[in-house]
Amino acid sequence: MNGFLELFADYDIFGAFWMNIRLTLLAAVGSFVLGTVLAIFRISPVGSLRGIGTAYVNTIRNTPLTIIMVLGVLAVWGQLKIEFFQDFDLNFFTYAVIALSLYHASFVCEAIRSGVNTVPLGQAEAARAIGLSFLPAARLVVLPQALRGAVTPLGNTLIALTKNTTVAAAASVAEASGLMKSMIEFNPDLMIYIFLTIAIGFCIIVIPMGILTTWLSDKLAVAR
Amino acid sequence: MTQSTPAPTDPPAADSTAKRALVELDNVNKHFGSFQALKDINLTIPEGQVAIVVGPSGSGKSTLCRTINRLETIDEGGTIRIDGKPLPAEGKGLAQLRADVGMVFQSFNLFAHKSIVENVTLGPIKVKGLKKSQAQEEAMALLERVGVAQQAKKMPAQLSGGQQQRVAIARALAMRPKVMLFDEPTSALDPEMVQEVLDVMVQLAHEGMTMVVVTHEMGFARKAGDRVIFMDQGAILEDTEPESFFTHPQHPRAKDFLGKILTH
Ligand SMILES: Nc1ncnc2c1ncn2[C@@H]1O[C@H](COP(=O)(O)OP(=O)(O)OP(=O)(O)O)[C@@H](O)[C@H]1O
Ligand SMILES: [Mg+2]
Repeated sequence: MNGFLELFADYDIFGAFWMNIRLTLLAAVGSFVLGTVLAIFRISPVGSLRGIGTAYVNTIRNTPLTIIMVLGVLAVWGQLKIEFFQDFDLNFFTYAVIALSLYHASFVCEAIRSGVNTVPLGQAEAARAIGLSFLPAARLVVLPQALRGAVTPLGNTLIALTKNTTVAAAASVAEASGLMKSMIEFNPDLMIYIFLTIAIGFCIIVIPMGILTTWLSDKLAVAR
Repeated sequence: MTQSTPAPTDPPAADSTAKRALVELDNVNKHFGSFQALKDINLTIPEGQVAIVVGPSGSGKSTLCRTINRLETIDEGGTIRIDGKPLPAEGKGLAQLRADVGMVFQSFNLFAHKSIVENVTLGPIKVKGLKKSQAQEEAMALLERVGVAQQAKKMPAQLSGGQQQRVAIARALAMRPKVMLFDEPTSALDPEMVQEVLDVMVQLAHEGMTMVVVTHEMGFARKAGDRVIFMDQGAILEDTEPESFFTHPQHPRAKDFLGKILTH
């Protein structure tokens, strides 16, 4: 236990968690937007769009996140020299957010699609029958109900995303799991405490998400 | 059903040939894969006519309705015209023409996440570009007319089936359609709620709305119908006035069919 409290002075543990939270928030927005677009592709009457959506989901969902992250850094930054920001940290942070967004968009898409399956076909037909074309019908009638039916899988995706932000360490982003590694390296005797600190930190972030998901899913359920 | 009392019929639309054709189906065929659901349908429905469609289960009644507002496509070679205009392929033109054709479904299909009044105003606001206040005013008048104005702020699931179906009729009317299609509008209802929906439909018929109604409600057919179309296996086998259809069906399969539903 000796020296455990000093760790908080020597290392910016809260700052590292704050990094995970920022990655989560930005990638949540990014993956939600892209995932919604993909879901619209997948339910659209246009065959080629459906094909694009399906191909994206099948490719990205089955590729390990670490590979997408490393590919972004090695290929796009290393080979193609595409730089978003001069600042080294900010640049890699951006890469991490993009990789997380691209990866989790495929899960968001499938979550929304499972939500679409909870919406009876008659809802879309009634929307078409009053003269709404595909996009307005999707936006005004199908998706609002689908999202309510997709709260639980979307919440699960958010939880997975939160924990997956640790993979950003592979893009040299200074986040909690990376910090844990270096803390253990220099304080091997405190390993178990360091490990528990980081684990509990993630629980504190993630548990409320689970509670919120359950609450929202009950509150937003569409009565039929 | 009231088969003993000869229900008062409206004077038959003798001048119907002079009126303009609102719905015209020429040579309409429909296949689902190799199965043919509609066979060579030729049908003209003049303005103001109430056409009753009857036939055994699977005879293609729903498919007929659904092709008229193109929820189903038809086979090449056939045409469907609404008020003289051919139904366009997918896209904006189709959406607009669909607004001219009101549809009432067996299962109501009210938008489950929207209140009753929002169900009625959605089309006028988003499709016709009406101002919200005006759309609401018109919606309340329609809800009044079908007798559910009290429920305007409720959600669909809070209403009885009969009330939901009347809202669905109001929702379709809000688009000021030229023709209304009803696909078994009362067959999902508890018996005590059937009449309240039929009353609204009778009223609509008397106001001169052009209607295509799939129903086995003989009372309604006699009271409001100008014409009965009997379908079997995707084809129209008989097309005549309600009274003569119910009393003197010509086709053996029509006789057989009537025998079955009248004994229920
Ligand atoms: N989407 C579809 N795919 C394949 N076959 C279909 C489809 N829709 C309808 N059919 C078939 O077409 C035929 C006509 O169906 P339709 O629903 O029009 O009958 P209906 O006269 O309305 O019957 P009901 O009185 O039971 O409602 C049926 O045999 C049905 O199985
Ligand atoms: Mg049917």
